[in-house]
Amino acid sequence: MSGDAVFLGLAAFGVVFLTAGLMAGFAIARGQKTPSFRNISAFDQLRRAIGRLVEDGSRLHVSLGRGELVTPQGASALAGLALLRRLADLTSAGDKPPIATSGDAALAILSQDTLQNAAENSSQVVFDPSAGRLTGLTPFSYAAGVIPSIRDEHVSATILLGSFGPEAALLTDAAERANTFSLAGSDNMAAQAVIYATAQEPLIGEEMFAAGAYAGSGPVHAASLSAQDILRWILIALMLGGAALKAAGIL
Amino acid sequence: MKLRGLISTLVAVLCGLVVLAGYFVELPFLVSANQALIGWAVILAAFAVLLGISNLLIVHTGKVTRKQKGSFYSLLLILALLVTFAIGLLAPYAPQVSDLFDFSFRAVQLPIEASLMALLAVTLTVASVRLLRRRLTLFSVIFLLTALLILLGMAPLPFIGSMPLVSDTLRPTIAQVLAASGARGILIGVALGALTTGLRILFGTDRPYGGK
Repeated sequence: MSGDAVFLGLAAFGVVFLTAGLMAGFAIARGQKTPSFRNISAFDQLRRAIGRLVEDGSRLHVSLGRGELVTPQGASALAGLALLRRLADLTSAGDKPPIATSGDAALAILSQDTLQNAAENSSQVVFDPSAGRLTGLTPFSYAAGVIPSIRDEHVSATILLGSFGPEAALLTDAAERANTFSLAGSDNMAAQAVIYATAQEPLIGEEMFAAGAYAGSGPVHAASLSAQDILRWILIALMLGGAALKAAGIL
Repeated sequence: MKLRGLISTLVAVLCGLVVLAGYFVELPFLVSANQALIGWAVILAAFAVLLGISNLLIVHTGKVTRKQKGSFYSLLLILALLVTFAIGLLAPYAPQVSDLFDFSFRAVQLPIEASLMALLAVTLTVASVRLLRRRLTLFSVIFLLTALLILLGMAPLPFIGSMPLVSDTLRPTIAQVLAASGARGILIGVALGALTTGLRILFGTDRPYGGK
């Protein structure tokens, strides 16, 4: 193993260890205190949409994308699952349980498990195994399978949170045509551009990973946002420092 | 927490820690444990595909039996799935069936996906106009102007060819300097978000594999 590889490995381990320490520290220090976040319009609108759908007896649809769990894209899918869990709890008072669609088989199974757990914790909801479904394994077959769910199942709010490609535009367009609320976020750069243009409420960059914290998923979610903020400042300082050293001819 | 939830959390956290440690520390037993766990995950993912397809079949069979809206398309999907599955099973044993399998992809799947891609271009054009109506902000205007400049810079125009200034200066500057630096900033944010999401699962606070 070369010296550079050892250094990079240690640096990566240091970042993971520091992040874990920061998250644990913030979670313990804050306890059950309500954290305050900057205002993100998408999450305000999501809260309103959830309230409306519980009142009018319509359905929530969460689409988790195509991120395979054994790839780096799995992280965005897991963020989507965390939000699905929270939203399934929040909508348990409604007439219709939420549905979750995905383009990866393992993700579809996890979405079923998430919905089943939410149903077990609610006295009003009966778990329907078809509520967590696989719609297709290629980008466009996945999108083509999701569109009927948005259109035909009395959905009033569509959340796209996970790893999508540009096919996300077909889904947000379907949501627009069905006159439903749409909130979307992806880890893919091309998808973020189309989502910005097509979704009612787009989430850019790391905002999608903040969804759980804004939906009130717990102190660790809030602590992870604080940890991300600190890491971001450290990275900014390192980049500026590196640029200054380079300009001075030291690096 | 129920016993089932406790066990699944313990297994997930332990596996996650072993795989994570395997990336940083090159001890022989950690590396082999890492490889074994990732290999198991890949095998499980393959079985998950079978389960996912069963789920797809159950959902659409339900639509057909309940005569829901769009049940005709569900019936088509079921028939296509069963025929393709049968051809796929026979393909390794008969070269002609194998050709039919390839043909079904080339003649059906690829043209449909290409058509949807073309539909996407129309959808995006309509969405761009809708964006100005729905969210008339400075950023929306900048977004659309930038998209227009990039398109003008990339597409050769009749009689003119490439547009001077736009094609050789403006487009490369926007794409390689402004957009690339913005994209790197966004990707750093996504990476930090992915890191904290992974750690929440290692802590056992997010449990997508079951248990409250």
